[in-house]
Amino acid sequence: MLEINGIAVSNGIAIANAYCLVEPTLSFEKVEISEIDAEIERLKDAVAKTKLELEVIHESAMLKFGEEKAGIFSAHLLLLEDPEMFSAIVGKIKQQVNAEFALDEVSTMYINLFESMESDYMKERAADIRDVAKRLLAHLLHIELPDYSRLSTEVIIVAEDLTPSMTAQLDKQYVKGIVTNIGGRTSHSAILARSMEIPAVVGTKTATKNIKHGTSVIVDGKSGKVIVDATEEVKEFYLTAQKDFEQEGQLLHPYISLPSVSADGHHVKIVGNIGTPEDIEAIVTNGGDGVGLFRTEFLYMDRQELPNEEEQFTAYKKVLEKMEGKPTVIRTLDIGGDKELPYLNLANEMNPFLGYRAIRLCLDQQHIFRNQLRSLLRASVYGNLKIMFPMIATLDEFREAKKLLLEEQQKLIDNGIPVSEKMEIGMMVETPSAAIIADLFAKEADFLSIGTNDLIQYTFAADRMNERVSYLYQPYHPAILRLVKMVIDAAHCNGKWVGMCGEMAGDEVAIPILLALGLDEFSMSASSILSARSRIARLSKEKLMPHMESILSLTTAKEVEEYVKNILI
Amino acid sequence: MEKTFKITTLEGVHARPSALIVAAVTPFTSNVELIYNGKSANLKSIMAVMTQSIPTGSVITISAEGADAEALMSKVTNVIISHGIGEEC
Repeated sequence: MLEINGIAVSNGIAIANAYCLVEPTLSFEKVEISEIDAEIERLKDAVAKTKLELEVIHESAMLKFGEEKAGIFSAHLLLLEDPEMFSAIVGKIKQQVNAEFALDEVSTMYINLFESMESDYMKERAADIRDVAKRLLAHLLHIELPDYSRLSTEVIIVAEDLTPSMTAQLDKQYVKGIVTNIGGRTSHSAILARSMEIPAVVGTKTATKNIKHGTSVIVDGKSGKVIVDATEEVKEFYLTAQKDFEQEGQLLHPYISLPSVSADGHHVKIVGNIGTPEDIEAIVTNGGDGVGLFRTEFLYMDRQELPNEEEQFTAYKKVLEKMEGKPTVIRTLDIGGDKELPYLNLANEMNPFLGYRAIRLCLDQQHIFRNQLRSLLRASVYGNLKIMFPMIATLDEFREAKKLLLEEQQKLIDNGIPVSEKMEIGMMVETPSAAIIADLFAKEADFLSIGTNDLIQYTFAADRMNERVSYLYQPYHPAILRLVKMVIDAAHCNGKWVGMCGEMAGDEVAIPILLALGLDEFSMSASSILSARSRIARLSKEKLMPHMESILSLTTAKEVEEYVKNILI
Repeated sequence: MEKTFKITTLEGVHARPSALIVAAVTPFTSNVELIYNGKSANLKSIMAVMTQSIPTGSVITISAEGADAEALMSKVTNVIISHGIGEEC
């Protein structure tokens, strides 16, 4: 038995066998051959096997993600069976070299050809050829490639890291838990694991080294422990803990249909964060009061080109209809930072989190932004849509974004396309500058939503992806609490409402403070909604308020945490 | 037989349009070529079609020869028009 410690990022307990996502090395030598026909047969055999493999993947991707996302695999099938490429490889083999070498020569030639093309988009196609060539080579070498989209038994995924798009592809039916070497509480794979309610432990540093494919693994998403080859005794303990966790869920069950109200009758909204239209199910089953943040960037990720207006419209309409008139806050594209879109071919930056991202990119590449705004406006008639802009730092940015929105709105109206008249236009407060002049923003925006993950990293000037400075991620720090208070007071003075859509909104220690400061909307992972509602039901805003002056005068995050735990809850 | 089209899809003949066209003609036995800018490419090869990098507004010619050339041409015309890739000239 071996115990590995990491950061617990998604609650729950999972017990299953490890599935290690490790890319095997595919190495080969150039060999002179004499049996040309046999070598060509070997190539044909590998093509046939790869074809079968791709067809299975295509089929399962169709079922899971729909035709659009599965389209990449039908393109791969065409590349695999490309007559020109095939005859080029055969031509090489006829010069008496082995199939592996011939394949590598030809695919490299095509990869170079695509990479040298002018269009950035075409340059990206080189990756598709590389991918197909890799599958083909693996079959020639009889090496099995790992493929997490083809799972057929329950597993714990073990990997160096999972990119947001990889995590989004995981099949919840089979993926019972996630363990990674790197990452933190707010990395995107962690956020997604929580929204899919899969127990996860990240930042273990050594998981891939210490966990062998197929060994039995226990993931404790509460304590951050990962246990490999557990003894019967330990396994027994965790099976009980797993049952308790499910029972706790049962206890919260009644809150699904109860209103979000404090013990002294103060009403708030407890809403959910989502990444894809499918996530809405979890919000409905947990009785959320609406959507506080729809991260639309996931519609743009994991694909080869920008989603068109129609696709986006369909996704937004679906979310709005499912929410049946409950408030639905959709955030415009927040790309950049740790979320990349390969097909935009953006230059690498020294400081991506301080660079060309979110609203900065959208105001610069207006065709992308206007496209999204049109889809949103067209969808606005199907529910209670509120639009917000990410990463606003100055009033100029907000005014410009709002101007573009109103221009698109006017164009639609002129063309006789209906749009909602009462749609609110708000913004994220996630830069310190926006928090400091929140009073000015509150005059022009219909609502403010505090994005704590970014606000905290920008306030402390500490990269939240960098483990060595992760100690500076301090949501309870008086510096953050004072900024939050400033924003809430500024909005209320102007008759506007304030939400919070960072991890902090669902946090046990933060909730009493946020309730007392007057936060109107708490937005969190669907899985946290019920526990947050039960917490608020036990708190009295009236009784908490007198403590705020003392809390805001404390000197450290630790002091705040202790004050809340000892005195308030 | 030959037919000329004008490409109208904004992105030009990118991966998705190429894939649709190549998949449409592959089942036929006739030989089929795409002629653009004086260069000819095998229309059954997605690599050959994509490396032509045909932008929007271009005029292309599709030329088919063989027993089922007529059926092939009507199929490919249908795909090009119904997916908004281009229009007949």
